[in-house]
Amino acid sequence: MATTYRTCPRTGLQFDLDADKLMRWNAVAGVLWLLVGGITALLVILTRWPAIKLLPADQFYLILTAHGIDMLILWIIYFEMAVLYFASSTLLRCRIATPWLGWVQFWLMAVGGIMTNVAIFQGESSVMFTSYVPMQAAPHFYLGIILFAVGALIGCGVFFGTLVVAKRDKTYTGSIPLVTFGAMTAAIIAVFTILSGAAILIPTFLWSVGLIKEVDPQLYRMIWWALGHSSQQINVAAHVSIWYLIAAVVFGAKPLSEKVSRFAFLLYILFLQLASAHHLLSDPGMSAEWKVLNTSYFMYFAVLASMIHGFTVPGAVEAAQRKKGYTNGLFEWLRKAPWGNPVFSGMFISLVGFGFLGGISGVVLGTEQINMLMHNTFYVPGHFHTTVVVGTTLAFMSITYLLVPTLFRREMMFPKLCQIQPYLYGISMSVLGLVMMGAGTLGVSRRHWDMAFSGAPFQYEWPGAAYLMMGLTGIFGVIAVIGGGLWIFVVVWSLLFGKKLDGGPTSDKPTPIPDQSAAASASHSGSEEHVGVPGTVVLAMTLLVCFVLYYFVNWKYLSEVWGLS
Amino acid sequence: MSAILPPSERLWWKQPIAGQEWAWIGIAFVWAMIMFVMMVYWHINGKQNLSNEVYKTTTEMFQAKTDAFVKENTIRTETEQNIPVVKPNAKGEAFLLARLWAWYPILELEAGKTYKIHLSSVDYNHGFSLQPTNINIQVIPGYEHVVKMTPTKAGTYAIVCNEYCGIGHHTMLGRIYVK
Repeated sequence: MATTYRTCPRTGLQFDLDADKLMRWNAVAGVLWLLVGGITALLVILTRWPAIKLLPADQFYLILTAHGIDMLILWIIYFEMAVLYFASSTLLRCRIATPWLGWVQFWLMAVGGIMTNVAIFQGESSVMFTSYVPMQAAPHFYLGIILFAVGALIGCGVFFGTLVVAKRDKTYTGSIPLVTFGAMTAAIIAVFTILSGAAILIPTFLWSVGLIKEVDPQLYRMIWWALGHSSQQINVAAHVSIWYLIAAVVFGAKPLSEKVSRFAFLLYILFLQLASAHHLLSDPGMSAEWKVLNTSYFMYFAVLASMIHGFTVPGAVEAAQRKKGYTNGLFEWLRKAPWGNPVFSGMFISLVGFGFLGGISGVVLGTEQINMLMHNTFYVPGHFHTTVVVGTTLAFMSITYLLVPTLFRREMMFPKLCQIQPYLYGISMSVLGLVMMGAGTLGVSRRHWDMAFSGAPFQYEWPGAAYLMMGLTGIFGVIAVIGGGLWIFVVVWSLLFGKKLDGGPTSDKPTPIPDQSAAASASHSGSEEHVGVPGTVVLAMTLLVCFVLYYFVNWKYLSEVWGLS
Repeated sequence: MSAILPPSERLWWKQPIAGQEWAWIGIAFVWAMIMFVMMVYWHINGKQNLSNEVYKTTTEMFQAKTDAFVKENTIRTETEQNIPVVKPNAKGEAFLLARLWAWYPILELEAGKTYKIHLSSVDYNHGFSLQPTNINIQVIPGYEHVVKMTPTKAGTYAIVCNEYCGIGHHTMLGRIYVK
């Protein structure tokens, strides 16, 4: 078993060539699914734009189902597999454990993904991403997701195996890096997620082929969301890790405190997956006590963790910049940041958008009583486009600008387009999220083909503002699709035609990471470690003020609706 | 020296945490507790809480109960489909059934009076979305949810279905009159 390692001459990162290939294939598969997801996104947006209303109802629901599955599962989890292999094998400079199992992961996910898409495009499985029973899809719709999930589970196994290899081969000393720790958090949540998915999708598959008589619809919703929401928590853990990674690579930033950041990741493991309860706040089957307990103790500890990362990531950047001498005023460190570097600009927009839009809206939406104002409205997709897209997808796009040269050994082409892409995509997607939430606040439904209710026995006229919001959703949605398409274009073009770069010297032995504690103790004294981060404090307090105001505004709205008890 | 390398301090868990970080953690924690208390407070003093009264039912049973309610309390019919308009009796018990693709029947309520509205579905999941007041409740087959509602203002309200329920989803519009 010969393992070959190469050391990238530009970044010093070391790649096991087996892992290198796995990462490249997984990332490319992810991008292909993003392409499918992006085309379906355009069709969805052009149908929900009231002035255009492109597709007929049946095609709209079919395309919307494909959009949800291809984006939320296939694109993101494929890319996450690459992130897991990178965070283990590359960052720990060791060989990847059982690369052949990595290929089992890749192909199972490929077969599963294609199978589910075939089921959707055959037209008998327009059941949405959530596939709530008793609405039934074709059996291979469920089977495809199950195969995909088994693949992802194997990928997590390869990741854990690689951690063990690194420990045994002593390729590092002390504790694993924070980014690897974050990826481990993602992998642990992934295992929980996939097991929950198995617990509900296997019975549902058996029901679809007639072997089980019934799946309880409320039980389905509860267990399905342990899959559906927790998979978004994998994303959070993964993209927060990428924020730290980018801060480290671009600025040489060091976490403000390893203890605080790792503790925050630990909170994710302990509490985040239980937050799935907030999808059931307006359901009949759970008591108010259960809802309050699950949304507060469990979800708020996870929220606390995100608020901590939201402080420590920009804090780490600020500290690094201040050490370099950007110490004037509160924000010189930020003004003088490399805004023309898409790796940084994308990461920063992802951070701010996720915190201010996705985070605040998510917590408000997840408040037991306030949920009744927004449950199943357009607010919900508005919220998760600012978390999963502005947060996760944009973070993945940013890191790709780094990965193309180091992992794919190609120079990025069209540097000007690369520069504007994160702004175009990040800002339009943020505005899209906002106007979607605006429409949802006015009551507009999600997953709904016709605001005019044509064919209904009565009429209901939405307020004019709702139509305005939906029109803006259309405009900014199209811009966002262009921004996403631009990313696919520059990345794919660079991969195909970019200047080939030197992969660096190869060796059949890994070079271990030098002992950090020795290097550290020689290079600095303790006192210069603590740099104040007043700019980050101001940013964090701004977030808090927005958060508090918006939270109580919604209680005010709630107090004005019909009495409910 | 960075997040992609092992911590430079071997005993990183013994490193002190800076004051600014502690302060932020403290503030965030207090805020989380306030948000928790708000939900409990609203259960005690708020006027909009989702009912906990739920019964397991079957589609046949719920259909029969709704039919009995409609038969007893219909005051007139409306539209070409002759949809019954039903005014709940003095006890204020009412049934609202969701099915592909209608809310049945039309209810006529009085402002300021409290009603016990029994909600359920006889096929798929549906979403009760009362507009323009904007109250949204999940409706699940097999579960009879008894929601106490007190209309505040007279008017004609629409019930939009906001849980995807198939090709005719967008035609699933119901009505509640408040006198």
